[in-house]
Amino acid sequence: MRRIISTMLLGTAIALAGASAAMAQDKTIKIGVLTDNSGLYADLGGPGSTLAAQMAIEDAGLTAKGWKIDLISADHQNKPDIGTAIARQWIDVEKVDVFMDVLNSGVALAVNNVVKEKNSILIDTGAATSDLTNAQCSPNTIHWVYDTYMLANSTGQALVKAGGDTWYFLTADYAFGHALERDTTAVVLKSGGKVIGTVKHPLNTADFSSFLLQAQASKAKIVGMANAGGDTTNTIKQAAEFGIVSGGQKLAGLLLFITDVHALGLKVAQGLNFTETFYWDLNDGTRAFSKRFSERMKNKAMPSMVQAGVYSGLLHYFKALEAMGGNPHDGAKVVAKMKEMPTDDQLFGKGSIRADGRKLHPAYLFEVKKPDESKGPWDYYKLIGTTAADQAFRPLSESVCPLVKK
Amino acid sequence: MQALYAQLLVGLINGSFYALLSLGLAVIFGMLNIINFAHGALYMMGAFVAYFLLNLGGINYWWALLLAPIIVGIFGMILERTMLQWLTGLDHLYGLLLTFGIALIVQGVFQNYFGSSGLPYAIPDQLRGGMNLGFMFLPIYRGWVVVFSLAVCLATWFLIEKTQLGAYLRAATENPTLVRAFGINVPRMITLTYGLGVGLAALAGVLSAPINQVRPLMGADLIIVVFAVVVIGGMGSIMGSIITGFALGVIEGLTKYFYPEASNTVVFVLMVLVLLVKPTGLTGRAA
Repeated sequence: MRRIISTMLLGTAIALAGASAAMAQDKTIKIGVLTDNSGLYADLGGPGSTLAAQMAIEDAGLTAKGWKIDLISADHQNKPDIGTAIARQWIDVEKVDVFMDVLNSGVALAVNNVVKEKNSILIDTGAATSDLTNAQCSPNTIHWVYDTYMLANSTGQALVKAGGDTWYFLTADYAFGHALERDTTAVVLKSGGKVIGTVKHPLNTADFSSFLLQAQASKAKIVGMANAGGDTTNTIKQAAEFGIVSGGQKLAGLLLFITDVHALGLKVAQGLNFTETFYWDLNDGTRAFSKRFSERMKNKAMPSMVQAGVYSGLLHYFKALEAMGGNPHDGAKVVAKMKEMPTDDQLFGKGSIRADGRKLHPAYLFEVKKPDESKGPWDYYKLIGTTAADQAFRPLSESVCPLVKK
Repeated sequence: MQALYAQLLVGLINGSFYALLSLGLAVIFGMLNIINFAHGALYMMGAFVAYFLLNLGGINYWWALLLAPIIVGIFGMILERTMLQWLTGLDHLYGLLLTFGIALIVQGVFQNYFGSSGLPYAIPDQLRGGMNLGFMFLPIYRGWVVVFSLAVCLATWFLIEKTQLGAYLRAATENPTLVRAFGINVPRMITLTYGLGVGLAALAGVLSAPINQVRPLMGADLIIVVFAVVVIGGMGSIMGSIITGFALGVIEGLTKYFYPEASNTVVFVLMVLVLLVKPTGLTGRAA
């Protein structure tokens, strides 16, 4: 009898041990950085995003605790079809757990669908469209750094308040440009301004003179650039040539990155107002990270907010997995855990993730310094205003996201 | 109506770049029978050389206009001597693949070191500012680009169609063996011609540096359009490519005004139409 009982106990013990091993189980993570590695956005995301992910893996210290973390990267070439093909392959074949960066709104919206369908995770730090957390929101997606609503709200409002009440838009002709124009128009109208006209240009245009002439002829006080990357830098450069600013009109960079300002040079970029959620020279934490980052970049560039977001987003992802004791490889479950936990890191400070997947943190309104105000390379911004985290993004009361309970 | 004049003028400015680039392509294709897909990369190198001359050597824009085409031209001649010359007599496809590969490598190397956002190059002081023409504000630099590139295009046309050197060149393409029998060094002439075509691309690069960012991909974005220009003008036709270059710039400019969304496809629509109606291009002769 005793033998039978002890055998049974032994059996149960073995079974339990097996089960708990299966629970604490899997400590493997595979991260995929899906970005533009070779096109017009490669400097603001690209290889820098992969480096930021690498640094997050090193700094999280999980590998010392027995976790195994793999990192892969691919170039979506700003094409949604290529982006989704890579996404499917990464999930089905490579077993990627989490997608990072995914800049370009067109690609992001497409990948967002694949990730939801396959129950993976998208922590988007690069795309701008606010639809990712509104009409297209998903239990598998977190939008980390910024969005078109926030940019419009901060920059748009500030400019209308400063007297810029008539607008003309130069808009990149795809999901991102349309979203940015739509959200900014809403803010301009709400603040009592007027939109006189808009012209949609193809992505990756070299010559903007035709469009600038149309903007000039409109006599609008503000020429709003609803484009990004190389398109924005070419617009700004050529606007100077055509005397847009000296003729009394003001350029509004609705989405500008530090890499764009660096490429333009302060002489051309000075005086521009725009909004970002990260700047390397904000505080000791951002400076420490950025210094380490820059030393490892081939061209010694400081991190853009997109790249900083990759680092910050991954650290939070690791925290959630650690709290869960293992990787369940269940996207929605991990994202739910991430939403439960408050966020806190050196780069974006304390924050939180909302039910709709929107990460909340303050937004900063910057002005580009004059050449004589700058102390050296990358010393480019003056902080002129801050919007608190709870004010910066679209309020849940305006949300149409089905994840938001009303 | 005023806006229309302005768009016409702006189109002419873009047309000058198309003309300079397609002229180089036409010269190379006409004389060497090579479809030079590296042309965009060489154009980009011209802009970068201007940047380096200014920032490393303190050499200004005017000298860059002269030096950059020579430097990039020499690079082109090395390419021709070491690689392209072995393709003589082979199918067009080989030259196309080789030059396309060279373009990818050159762009990749530049992108690796300089990123994708590019580098700033300022407009030279003498050409800064603009004039008010009544219907538009014309930046002086843009005016300069039109005048200068038109002059260069016509000079090249004259060199090839009207001088003795040009006559040798054209004869050498028709029948190299016979021309060699007259004691003319045909391979050297072909190398120099390739250098000339490449130099034209580099010159366009220097001209565009103050207008656009100096970016590794600046040529890749442009070269496809320029190929359409060459095809429309008739492969290898010198005057055809100059005229088509300017004309397409104008048509593209008008599209940017009337239907901006189509501005980067209009050239290809035209190409399809021309190929359907006249497969040899507007000025091309049937082979």
